[in-house]
Amino acid sequence: MPTTEKKYDWLLKNFDSLEKSLNGESKSPIHAMRKHALARFVELGFPTAHNEEWRFTNITPIRNTQFHPTLHFADEGITKSRVEPLFVTDAKSIRLVFINGHFAKNLSNTPPSIKQMKIGSLASALQSGDPTANQYLARYASVETSAFVALNTAFMQDGAFVQIEDGIALDDPIECLYLTASSGRPLISNPRNLFVVGKNSRATIVESYVALDENACLDNVVSEIIVGENSVVEHDKLEMEGENTYHVGTIQIHQMAGSNYTNNVISLGGKIVRNNITVVLADQNAESTLNGLSLGTGDQLIDSHTTIDHTMPNCTSHELYKSILDGRAKGVFNGKIFVRQDAQKTDAKQTNKTLLLSDDATINTKPQLEIFADDVKCTHGATVGQLDEEQVFYLRSRGISERSARDILTFAFASDVVERVHSDSLRERLRQFIQHRLEEGRNTRI
Amino acid sequence: MLAINNLHAKVGDKEILKGINLSVNAGEVHAIMGPNGSGKSTLAGVLAGRESYQVSKGEVLYKGKNLIEMAPEDRAREGLFLAFQYPVEIPGVSNNYFLKAGLNEIRKARGQDPLDAVEFLQLVKEKINVLHIDQSLLNRPVNEGFSGGEKKRNEIFQMAVLEPTLAILDETDSGLDIDALRIVADGVNKLRSKDNAILVVTHYQRLLNYIVPDFVHVLVNGRIVKSGGKELALELEERGYDWVTDLAEAVHN
Ligand SMILES: Nc1ncnc2c1ncn2[C@@H]1O[C@H](COP(=O)(O)OP(=O)(O)O)[C@@H](O)[C@H]1O
Ligand SMILES: [Mg+2]
Repeated sequence: MPTTEKKYDWLLKNFDSLEKSLNGESKSPIHAMRKHALARFVELGFPTAHNEEWRFTNITPIRNTQFHPTLHFADEGITKSRVEPLFVTDAKSIRLVFINGHFAKNLSNTPPSIKQMKIGSLASALQSGDPTANQYLARYASVETSAFVALNTAFMQDGAFVQIEDGIALDDPIECLYLTASSGRPLISNPRNLFVVGKNSRATIVESYVALDENACLDNVVSEIIVGENSVVEHDKLEMEGENTYHVGTIQIHQMAGSNYTNNVISLGGKIVRNNITVVLADQNAESTLNGLSLGTGDQLIDSHTTIDHTMPNCTSHELYKSILDGRAKGVFNGKIFVRQDAQKTDAKQTNKTLLLSDDATINTKPQLEIFADDVKCTHGATVGQLDEEQVFYLRSRGISERSARDILTFAFASDVVERVHSDSLRERLRQFIQHRLEEGRNTRI
Repeated sequence: MLAINNLHAKVGDKEILKGINLSVNAGEVHAIMGPNGSGKSTLAGVLAGRESYQVSKGEVLYKGKNLIEMAPEDRAREGLFLAFQYPVEIPGVSNNYFLKAGLNEIRKARGQDPLDAVEFLQLVKEKINVLHIDQSLLNRPVNEGFSGGEKKRNEIFQMAVLEPTLAILDETDSGLDIDALRIVADGVNKLRSKDNAILVVTHYQRLLNYIVPDFVHVLVNGRIVKSGGKELALELEERGYDWVTDLAEAVHN
């Protein structure tokens, strides 16, 4: 067996190249962070099934592949007209496009930076020594326990950087589109996003992930979000990558007093998809909503791990995660809710529902509530089932074909997550994608 | 229109219908009465195509076609309609959406153009006035959170929109107060014409004061043991089902 060091030789070589390309910047505190993260990654290694957090999510294909990052921006021949149809919100949106993790300025549409609002690339924020970027980057997403966060941090170069100061209501969504395109050898993309929203502000962030080819790719994303006092943030993530994409997404949310954060994660594509979403309710009267919808077909594995950490009194959290699994698809849901000793009057509700469309599809679901305060309201429930044949018959008895009846009912199962997305145009796009995906699933089944 | 000949049906190994004979012509209203558990809903379900029942013997001809071989949706497209005894709730599917989808399938089968959203809404408005249904119910998910009475009215509303040739009403009267009963009966009577037939399944005679049948059949233990005119319903009301249960034994022995 190779020593860990040897095992990750390919990665260390890539890190050397990264370091050489940095010139003066290699002395910066950010680079010290990278070096520490790399060492931590090599120590941790990619997780195996022995790791409790990865028990049902076999990532052997990731462990056995040498993935290479692109260290510099290259447009990979991707034109504006190729990108245009991939946007999921309407044309008024602010748009940031990334190719293999690097900001593609020419494909993006960002407002000019003003003091109250900076929306652009993390790389340029770091280059210009932006104090907010330096203050918050890697502050909440820890490299100590997660190998994927460590790996992302070791190679972090670019991603979205959004800073909204106090009292700004941003009506148009900020849409971040992450594209991967590789020229043959397995690619790793490490987008690193930082969203910092001040007090009494409002914003909508949409992340969407698309693979432009079927080459092997590990899309290893980390997003850190700070929601300031009394601010309202909606954060939608749409993952619809290719058959050979491994997607590991870490979202780390830090909520201040009275803030309201909603996260809708829709996972439609990818070979293995793992989302780690952690919300820390760091001060009183904050409210957090986590919704998820996973559609798995074929041999897909879609895993959602969520953690809601109630640390202070009077906070509310709602969680609704749904999976529709067809073919031999596997679903995993793990929902942790911590209610710390100080977090009296916590109101937390977690619901997980799975619809199995085939006999070979499986789900592992595990609610995990750890409650250390006594005056709290916490509920959780999980259901796993098939389509209700009585409902199918009812629709058919009104003239609707069996196939349409099943589609209508399957779509209805998904709809309450979709309806929670605010943007009309995004909701409409989601309906189309889901419809399309369900059809694909059905076609592979027949 | 409908000819049922020696129909036997089972659930698993249990035989529930044990040789039903019934003939219904266009323009007629037939009532099927009988004690609980006698097989009334089973008969209605077999006619509508519920897959949990297996027809083990006999045949059903509808408009000259072998009904048993048709898929439930094809039966509906041919004008057959079942008002369910227990309408199912369907969260996430709006009443209007699914009814429009069903109606347009049925129209297609009739060779008619589909209705667009505006035309459909117009049709719906006409029908809800007759049935005193709150329009807001129609935008809600199918039957979800509806009261018992609202569910039954929704069934008759769907019938009014789909305008079936053969309507089968399974205990549509149960759970309705007297006002609702009148409204529902009104809706049903509007469908009556020389081209349509209605099969009213009920446990009580009450509904038949408002939907006056041409024929009354008594179903006991999977068999029709007595048929007659509308006065048979009154006689049953007076003498109770024990009377016909005894008759059934006499027939059987
Ligand atoms: N799905 C089923 N499984 C088992 N038994 C059934 C089923 N449906 C009906 N039955 C039985 O068949 C008999 C007739 O039921 P049903 O047709 O509902 O009677 P009715 O409508 O006249 O009250 C009853 O004994 C009932 O328990
Ligand atoms: Mg019944």
